[in-house]
Amino acid sequence: MAEPVIETQRLSKDYWLGAHVVHALRDVSVTIAAGEMVAIMGPSGSGKSTFMSILGCLDTPTAGRYLLQGRDVSQLDDDDLARSRNAKIGFVFQQFNLLPRLSALANVQLPLIYSDRPAGEQRRRAQARLAEVGLGDRGHHRPAELSGGQQQRVAIARALVNDPVLFLADEPTGNLDTRTSLEIMAILQSLNRRGITIVLVTHEEDIARHARRVLHFRDGLLIGDERNAHPIDARAARAPAAMAAAGA
Amino acid sequence: MRLQGTARLALAAMASNKSRTGLTMLGVIIGVAAVVTMMAVGAGAQARVAEQIRSLGSNLIIVLSGSITSSGVRLGSGSQLTITEDDARAIEREIDGVQAAAPTVRGGVQVVAANANWSTATFGVTPEFFDARDWTVASGRPLGQDDVDGAAKVALLGQTVAQNLFGAASPVGETIRINKVPLTVVGVLARKGQTGQGQDQDDAVLIPLSTAKKKVLGTSQANARAVAAILVKIRRPEAMKPAEAEIRTLLRQRHRLQPGQDDDFTLRNLAEMLEAQEASSRVLSLLLAAIASVSLVVGGIGIMNIMLVSVTERTREIGLRRAVGARRHDILAQFLIEAVTVSLTGGLIGVAVGVLGSWTIAHFAGWPAPIQVRSIVPAFVFAGAVGVFFGFYPARKASRLSPIDALRHE
Repeated sequence: MAEPVIETQRLSKDYWLGAHVVHALRDVSVTIAAGEMVAIMGPSGSGKSTFMSILGCLDTPTAGRYLLQGRDVSQLDDDDLARSRNAKIGFVFQQFNLLPRLSALANVQLPLIYSDRPAGEQRRRAQARLAEVGLGDRGHHRPAELSGGQQQRVAIARALVNDPVLFLADEPTGNLDTRTSLEIMAILQSLNRRGITIVLVTHEEDIARHARRVLHFRDGLLIGDERNAHPIDARAARAPAAMAAAGA
Repeated sequence: MRLQGTARLALAAMASNKSRTGLTMLGVIIGVAAVVTMMAVGAGAQARVAEQIRSLGSNLIIVLSGSITSSGVRLGSGSQLTITEDDARAIEREIDGVQAAAPTVRGGVQVVAANANWSTATFGVTPEFFDARDWTVASGRPLGQDDVDGAAKVALLGQTVAQNLFGAASPVGETIRINKVPLTVVGVLARKGQTGQGQDQDDAVLIPLSTAKKKVLGTSQANARAVAAILVKIRRPEAMKPAEAEIRTLLRQRHRLQPGQDDDFTLRNLAEMLEAQEASSRVLSLLLAAIASVSLVVGGIGIMNIMLVSVTERTREIGLRRAVGARRHDILAQFLIEAVTVSLTGGLIGVAVGVLGSWTIAHFAGWPAPIQVRSIVPAFVFAGAVGVFFGFYPARKASRLSPIDALRHE
């Protein structure tokens, strides 16, 4: 088995709400190898969002260790966490979170301005990533001028622009219709085939079935870790959608 | 590279909300324009005072015949002529640093020329007078020692007198009559303007001291050598104080005054008086600038207000930037750059408006308002500082947001 990208050891996260403690995450130990595609499921309040935040270096655990590519990041300071997010992690959100005033290309370029790459290279990379998600000709459009599926593809291009080792998607299809959701899942699967490690949070069984592995959370505990030998291939459903998109 | 990218984003954010950015900027524009204009107006006031100092003749000490007590009643200064031409000579001879000491007498007279007449003051003077007062002639010639020695019946007219008696025509060579004495006009004095008290210095006729005493104004019965005043011009400003003290000592000796006895003369240091005026006008211009600065500070508060709104509105954006790798100081820099760009752009426009405003005041109100480079640069720098100061709190607030909370912000 490949070297683990993610390794958590008895990860816990407590919040204080007034006088009492909320145990958002309790003793979660998971190892995710490079090249895996993992879906995380669970009802709201199950701890899956907290787990994602910690995996994404947006938050630090109260107890336990989190090794990202073998490096303990659970005790890093704010600036080092920001550097890790920039260099190693790509995020996609349910709300897309594109900056409305910037063009699609500038949105994709956003993580690069917080790295130290030269301006010309930034532009070339952003343009290349945009082309990979099929929007090479839409770089100058503002997010409002794009459909929901297109916006999420811009967000995916943005997440990929810095060649992350870990791609995190938080309900990436939550705001999209079924057909567009499949398009997005097809893109994620093709990324995964190229060797990118993907972790996505979803509450839809249909979406989770695209992943080879599904983690179930409840009340802050990891209660299930299933392997799915035969994930759905979104490409089967994608063909007509792509044709429709081309015609549109 | 990072900073450049951040700056470009800040500019894009500002450009995307033009009316808000413009209105925020307006506060700074008005503040800076007010500072520049007020400083120019203040400098104009100071320039006027300086001009008055020059017009009176700088470094001038005036010795006036002092008050005397007559039958227990103290009379005003000049009530009796207690100083003499000889005192003037003595001052010139015995006191260091004296450039000229000019004895003068003065009288209010009615001047007649052909069928025009004019009420004015006539001064009996010696050639030293022109030196002491820094006064030159515009046409004709000044009075010479010959005129004084021979009690010549000649006169120099001030601009106002010349204007009122002869209109536009040249008075040189014409005859005027003062107290029935015919005098030939030999010249017209250069324009002096008004004193700080609004007195028209050009409303005067100068005649030789001897002529004034013997023929026109009459002599003091007690002392034919007596004069009303001596104008003492000192070479260097720093010699004014010691010279004043020495003149006092000298005159007390010459007038044989006992210790404890009051002076029978009065010393006036005009430069000192005008310096006080200049100081008060400087305070005034500083006050104007201070008031204008308050409006600049108010403009800064406007920036802070809008920046705080902007931080709240863009909480999700901040969260996203943090998620893709922005560090706290990247966010801080972004918002600070926005604030400083608003304030500096406002400062630049404000300087332009201020220059235009000063020019308008100078042009239409007839008040000199020279643009002060030393006001433009600090006003501009101050505007930038206002941006940093008032932008810092909102920017810090933005940079302190937790990325997760910011991302979940609705």
